Amino acid sequence: MSDARVPRERPLSPHLTVWRWHITMAASILHRVTGVGLYLGALIVAWWAVSLAAGPEAYDQFRGLIGSPLGKFVLFGMTVSFFYHLASGIRHSVWDLGHGLTIKSANALAVASFAFAIAATVAVWFIAFTTGAL
Amino acid sequence: MASYRTPLGRARGLGSAKHGAVDWLSERFAALALVPLTLWAVFGVLRLATLDYLGAVQWVAHPLNATLLVLTVAVSFWHMHRGMRVVVEDYIHKNMSKLGLLLLNFLVCGLAGALAVFSILKVAFSGGAY
Repeated sequence: MSDARVPRERPLSPHLTVWRWHITMAASILHRVTGVGLYLGALIVAWWAVSLAAGPEAYDQFRGLIGSPLGKFVLFGMTVSFFYHLASGIRHSVWDLGHGLTIKSANALAVASFAFAIAATVAVWFIAFTTGAL
Repeated sequence: MASYRTPLGRARGLGSAKHGAVDWLSERFAALALVPLTLWAVFGVLRLATLDYLGAVQWVAHPLNATLLVLTVAVSFWHMHRGMRVVVEDYIHKNMSKLGLLLLNFLVCGLAGALAVFSILKVAFSGGAY
C-alpha cells in the first residue's frame, strides 16, 4: 500500500525544457532591453538641456564628452535602440489593433523591425556624416 | 475622467480598479505621440550637432522647437516611467526592493524630466542669458 503522506512522482510537462530560440522571443526581449537603454538616453537628453541652460562652458564640456569616441559609441547605440524600439512599438500597436497575430505575420513584423532599425541607423549616421554633424 | 469602459464590461462589473481602460489607452496614445515627436527630435539632434553654443540657444529659442522639445521630453519621461515600472514589477518580487525601485524610478523620471523642461524653457525665454 502506498503511503499517502509521500507525494507520488508526478509526470512533468516537457514544455519548460523543450523550446528553441524564436525570432519573436528575440524581438520581445530586445524591445525591453532597448527601452531600458533609451531610459539612459533620456537622462543624457536631460543633461544636454541642463548644460545648455547652464551656459557656454557647461555646454562645451557636454559637447566634448558626447563628441568623444566613447560618446559617439553611446550615441550610435542609442540610435540603434531608438529605431528598434520605435519599429517594435509600432509592431505592438498593430497587435493592439487586433492585426498581425498569426505566427507568420508576427515573424514578418519582427524581421521588419530589425530591418528598419538597421536601415534607419545607417541612414541617420550617413546624414550625420555628410552634414558635418560628426 | 471620461470612461472608456464598454457598456458590456460595466454591466459585468469585471476588472479590479475599474480604470484599466484609461490607463491602457493613455499608454498607447503617449507611445503613438512619441512616433512623430521623437522622429522630429532625431533631426533636431542632427541639426544641433552642427551648431555651437549660440546656435543651439537660437535653435532652442525658436517657439516651434521649444514647444516640440518640451512635449517630446514630457511625454518621453512619462512613457519611460511607465515602461520601467512594468520591467520592475515583472522581475523584482521582494516587496521592499520592488517598492524602492518603483520609488527610485518615479523620482528619477520626475526630477530629470523637470530639469529638462525647466532648462529648455529657461533657454527659450532668456535666449541663453545666464
